[in-house]
Amino acid sequence: MKIAIIQFGGTNCDMDVLHVLKDVVGVDAETVWYKDENLTGFDGVVVPGGFSYGDYLRAGAIAARTPIMDSVKKIAAEGKPVLGICNGFQVLTEARLLEGALTTNEYPKFRCHGANLRVETTDTPFTSKFRKGEVIRMPIAHMEGKFFAEEQTLADLDENEQVVFRYVDEKGRATDKANPNGSLENIAGIVNASRNILGLMPHPERASESILGSDDGRRIFESMADYITENF
Amino acid sequence: MQYQATVTIEQKAGMLDPEGTTAKRALGHLGYAVESVKTAKLYEIVLEAESAEVAEQKVDEMCQKLIANPLIHNYTIKLKELN
Repeated sequence: MKIAIIQFGGTNCDMDVLHVLKDVVGVDAETVWYKDENLTGFDGVVVPGGFSYGDYLRAGAIAARTPIMDSVKKIAAEGKPVLGICNGFQVLTEARLLEGALTTNEYPKFRCHGANLRVETTDTPFTSKFRKGEVIRMPIAHMEGKFFAEEQTLADLDENEQVVFRYVDEKGRATDKANPNGSLENIAGIVNASRNILGLMPHPERASESILGSDDGRRIFESMADYITENF
Repeated sequence: MQYQATVTIEQKAGMLDPEGTTAKRALGHLGYAVESVKTAKLYEIVLEAESAEVAEQKVDEMCQKLIANPLIHNYTIKLKELN
């Protein structure tokens, strides 16, 4: 098994993801520069966080239109797991691989702190190692993280259980106060209809070792690795 | 012919404009009581095309594919011929 970690100009969480995959989870992973374009031999993809192309136009807009994204689309079409973290989530929505858009936080400030999240479904390649309804902790670090989608899209996401994580308080309640950015319905992460593409604003790679205050995020990578072992 | 397209990108009605809201509040601190502030992005694109229609069509395509996100933005295109 080998997982690709895509690097664009301005990506800055690539080495953290590489460290977690190789040294913590113990699977083979490699960074791939966006100009390489070829993802043959990879069984999964992580689009990591950062500020690709300075967030010019809109966060993720330029990266989403680079040729390597065609290869990411091919891998996704094969049913292999694709994980977009923070700027990676923005890239995946801009590439139309995921529904909705990430817009400027309701209070337009860069917010960087821990967040409580409720696991809404374990029926994805990324959340099999969680319990449904479990409250976990991961940090957020973004200014364009307000999830927006049209009413019908939101209803479809709910109905198909495509919402994977919501911002909640420590008791697991999805309140306005627990919502750090004004995301509609406190949405922090969603999957596509085929469930093999996950985008989330929080950073699991920054919460994968207990020395960092939480290792809840590690289970996302472990779930992904298990899914690849079982299916590819 | 060479044309200059001025493209204005605005949030769709109903979308929050946190930058505009913040500017309105700051104007209030300076003693200006304004009704509302709305922000927009402006692009000036210079291109060659056979006619104004073709130029406008091309710029519209650019907006759909990259310059705007049709899910959250409205855009307007103003075209002028350059000598």
